[in-house]
Amino acid sequence: MSGEIDVTQLQTPELLELIQDDLYDGLAAEVVASVKELLVRGMSPYDVLTKGLVAGMEVVGVDFRDGILFVPEVLMAAKAMKGGMELLRPLLAETGAPQIGTMVIGTVKGDIHDIGKNLVAMMMEGAGFTVVNLGINVDAEKFLNAIYEHKPQILGMSALLTTTMPYMAVVIAALKEKGLRDQIIVLVGGAPLNEAFAEEIGADAYCRDAAVAVETAKKLLAIKRGQMA
Amino acid sequence: MIETYLRERPYLIVDGAMGTMLFAAGLEHGDPPELWNVDQPERVAEVHRGYLEVGAQILLTNTFGGNRYRLMLHGLECRVRELNLAAARLLRQVVESGPHQALVAGDIGPSGQVLEPYGELSFEEAREAFAEQAAALIAGGVDLLWVETMSDLNEVRAAVEGIRQVSRDIPLVTTMTFDTRGRTMMGVTPEQAIEKLGSFGAVAAGGNCGNGPEEIIAVVEKMHALAPEAILVAKANAGIPELVSGRPVYRATPEMMADYAVAAYQAGARVIGACCGSTPAHIQAIAEALAARVMA
Repeated sequence: MSGEIDVTQLQTPELLELIQDDLYDGLAAEVVASVKELLVRGMSPYDVLTKGLVAGMEVVGVDFRDGILFVPEVLMAAKAMKGGMELLRPLLAETGAPQIGTMVIGTVKGDIHDIGKNLVAMMMEGAGFTVVNLGINVDAEKFLNAIYEHKPQILGMSALLTTTMPYMAVVIAALKEKGLRDQIIVLVGGAPLNEAFAEEIGADAYCRDAAVAVETAKKLLAIKRGQMA
Repeated sequence: MIETYLRERPYLIVDGAMGTMLFAAGLEHGDPPELWNVDQPERVAEVHRGYLEVGAQILLTNTFGGNRYRLMLHGLECRVRELNLAAARLLRQVVESGPHQALVAGDIGPSGQVLEPYGELSFEEAREAFAEQAAALIAGGVDLLWVETMSDLNEVRAAVEGIRQVSRDIPLVTTMTFDTRGRTMMGVTPEQAIEKLGSFGAVAAGGNCGNGPEEIIAVVEKMHALAPEAILVAKANAGIPELVSGRPVYRATPEMMADYAVAAYQAGARVIGACCGSTPAHIQAIAEALAARVMA
């Protein structure tokens, strides 16, 4: 439907609303067209990101959390978001826009499942985070190297197997050993995990799904930044 | 074949977990179980024999992750044919020297990738990968193919078309995993699944894996209500694993799985087994409970 809409004829608030609707429907080309139009009108890249894309992905996240949307819709929305982000990323860097945050994420050693982990990565990008996705079968050394290189505020670890989830504790021990544990928020997730496990291994939180991961990351980051201020 | 069997008896018993048993037998975590079809065939045969001896009438080959995309993650994508062929021959041998007749089912799991348009894997690529695996399993002498733990109907279709590319008539069973609010991860309802899986020509269809027995009973009930004639499969995990001092423990005892099996039968399932976390003890309890409470 929105393919027939002439974006130049819409008021800016309507255009922001349209971006949110098009993200929800996974319409990448339409999202890109609206992002372009907002930039032409002189809106800052940061405002386009937060008021358009991030606000739209928030609605997607809430409906995913509540069981209204399922993985396919979220993947399509994330793809549409990506289209808009590709336009915005260089402009955000140029304009020195505030950083929302950085996350390093990976599926732990011995585990080759990546669909859930990628979903978290996409939703975190949807929330405006910079995400460094290390892929599958990631050992402690690779996590540490990425943390030194990218200085993330958040580390996400995923495991789908009961046999690989204990490795998360190994990574956390390595963080402690290097004196990095207090600097970073550790989120864990995956089908066989639960809150008790997260607590037992000393993670900051267990996240049931990608939407919860985003909410938790934002909440814990705000608390951490509040403490530092 | 399954239909013929079911004309003579009220239900068929499928085996239980393979991965759980192989890890217990010393398979290193992170290593592909399929490699043991060649490297440790006796240990794989031992698991098959364990299930056969307690009454399993359908046994699945150790090939769940035996497609090129899963094996690629271990650098083994060039050994698809070898590993699947070995698995099928191994199970055929066990069944032929076993105490009773049983069907050899070639196990086919998901590609592990997300298909287009949501992900990157094209339908054709998926179909070719499944065709390759199916051809090797058929060459190894399986009686039927068993496509399981699927979450995307399009990927099931790719598997079915791949299989039909290499065999026009091998019987086919397909099951999906309904572990997300009563649907599959990709949002497929049991009703949508049974409708489609039937149209794909599956002789039997149903649910496997997931969050324990109760979940599967609900799936079977929904499928049975919509398709009372369909032969339904229930293959539940032995509960949800809980961590006890860092080690995963499946909480469903053989007795609990026996109750699940009877409930699954009452809900309409006719092909009943178990998935992750189960052992021959669970299958034995299932076999005894069904014999006592259904045959009686």
